[in-house]
Amino acid sequence: MNIAQLLNQLPGALAQGLIWGIMAIGVYITFRILDVADLTVDGSFATGGAVAAILITSGVHPLLATLIAFLAGLVAGLVTGVFHTGMGIPAILAGILTQLALYSVNLRIQGIGTDLGSRSNVPLSINKYKNMLVSLRNVGSFSLENPIWLMLLITVVLIALMYWFFGTEYGCSLRAVGANQQMARAQGINTGAGKIIGLMISNGLVAFSGALMAQYQGFSDVSMGRGAIVIGLAAVIIGEVIFGKLFRNFALKLLAVSLGAIIYYLVIQVVLWLGLNTDDLKLLTALVVALFLAMPYWKNRFASRKLKGGALHG
Amino acid sequence: MADSEMLVLKDLHKTFNPGTVTEKQALSGVNLTLYKGDFVTIIGGNGAGKSTMLNAIAGTFPIDRGSILLGGRDVTRLPEHKRAAFLGRVFQDPMTGTAASMNIEENLALAARRGQSRGLRWGITAKERAVYREKLASLDLGLETRLGSKVGLLSGGQRQALTLLMATLKQPELLLLDEHTAALDPKTAEKVLHLTRQLIGENGLTALMVTHNMKDALALGNRTIMMHEGRIILDLNAEEKQHMTVEDLLEQFEKASGRELSNDRMLLT
Repeated sequence: MNIAQLLNQLPGALAQGLIWGIMAIGVYITFRILDVADLTVDGSFATGGAVAAILITSGVHPLLATLIAFLAGLVAGLVTGVFHTGMGIPAILAGILTQLALYSVNLRIQGIGTDLGSRSNVPLSINKYKNMLVSLRNVGSFSLENPIWLMLLITVVLIALMYWFFGTEYGCSLRAVGANQQMARAQGINTGAGKIIGLMISNGLVAFSGALMAQYQGFSDVSMGRGAIVIGLAAVIIGEVIFGKLFRNFALKLLAVSLGAIIYYLVIQVVLWLGLNTDDLKLLTALVVALFLAMPYWKNRFASRKLKGGALHG
Repeated sequence: MADSEMLVLKDLHKTFNPGTVTEKQALSGVNLTLYKGDFVTIIGGNGAGKSTMLNAIAGTFPIDRGSILLGGRDVTRLPEHKRAAFLGRVFQDPMTGTAASMNIEENLALAARRGQSRGLRWGITAKERAVYREKLASLDLGLETRLGSKVGLLSGGQRQALTLLMATLKQPELLLLDEHTAALDPKTAEKVLHLTRQLIGENGLTALMVTHNMKDALALGNRTIMMHEGRIILDLNAEEKQHMTVEDLLEQFEKASGRELSNDRMLLT
């Protein structure tokens, strides 16, 4: 265990954390603002990667490819939204259905232009596509080429955009949908449409993040989104646990989500450095997220038990 | 005077869970006309259809038969969020009418835009804030200094008062009050009721108020209707109400329904 080896890994962890942080902000929109657990993201993350990869390899500018990936994510969210509000399927199941369907769709997207018409992996070499937005090759350099700078900029701009949007009349009505649907309808808000729009924005951001990840890692893979929802939740929860008391403002709450994703990746680097097998990573992540999700529940139970105890003496 | 008819209910029918063991005929032919400025109190036993009638007007569920006219428009098939443009609503549960995780001014700003299209303008303006502060001050609950507080931190009475203010912020054609004081302690209920009377009076609102308190039902408004088994069985005008005591009312109920009035929460005094 060489400490220099760990230090070498940290810039990469930071860059990955920033990219996943965008995905996590998407998860925050559904999970915390709309109060919907949306499992579409595992699929839409890979969709973003697939769309960006196939466009970049066919000569489209990476910036445009990344924006089109965002649009593809909007469509994924729309499908889940229609499953949920238009067909009455519970949100969690609607997301699972879309996620499953997207696996096939993503294989097909990546297969565009191949003989088979289906492909599980698209390589994106930085040597070949030199104008890609981010690449892990430059993560150790001190130049402006380092993807960390661009990711920081994107994160700040995104948080500002979200802060503005959720402060507008329409954004406020979306928050009301998540806070109290009955109240929202009584105030004339179309809760079904609101949920669809929220799911679209969320999955748009997730696909956007997937597009950046494909460029960063130099390939798009059909299973690159596996467990994305759990990583997103981990980022949301880590951010809330560490910064919840400090960050009250909405923009700061979103910043906490991004920081949560960064901390998650830094911790992962450390445990890998300590000798954890990469194969066991998802097990560890799931257990940690389960533990943190249980905290508010346990806190409540503990508090009510204490109350009952107090009543006996009173 | 057809033009002053604010609400016309024609032959409303609603059966919940039809064809199952829990089938319940909640409305079986409700006919009611309200004129502009009518303040009608509604009483009745458990399951008489009082809340169902209010929810049918609000569009919470589609009705099986009949029609609903609001201000001359047929709204029978209009979805709930579109009907909201014409309605102010206060619910029995103080948690229902407000968004707990949003602050007081945000809740008010949402209510101020009821029935309007919501765009990408900023959700709340400084000018509005001043108006809200003033309106909150008139509630006399000290909320005018807490515009930025989360509504979840307020007491049940404060939340109901806020919901009332929200329901009337943008003048509704009809105010629906569904036992909105039932979950409050007597003193707070009295306060909220006083506020209700004040807001309805000041704005000349047309209102339907379900109540479990017979005395309130007689004391408030210019009309009282009694429901039983999904129908209106008694309709008292202002003059009839004046001469009526709670005992008379109970007697009337027995005569009209052939049964004694039973309601878990009924207050007779």
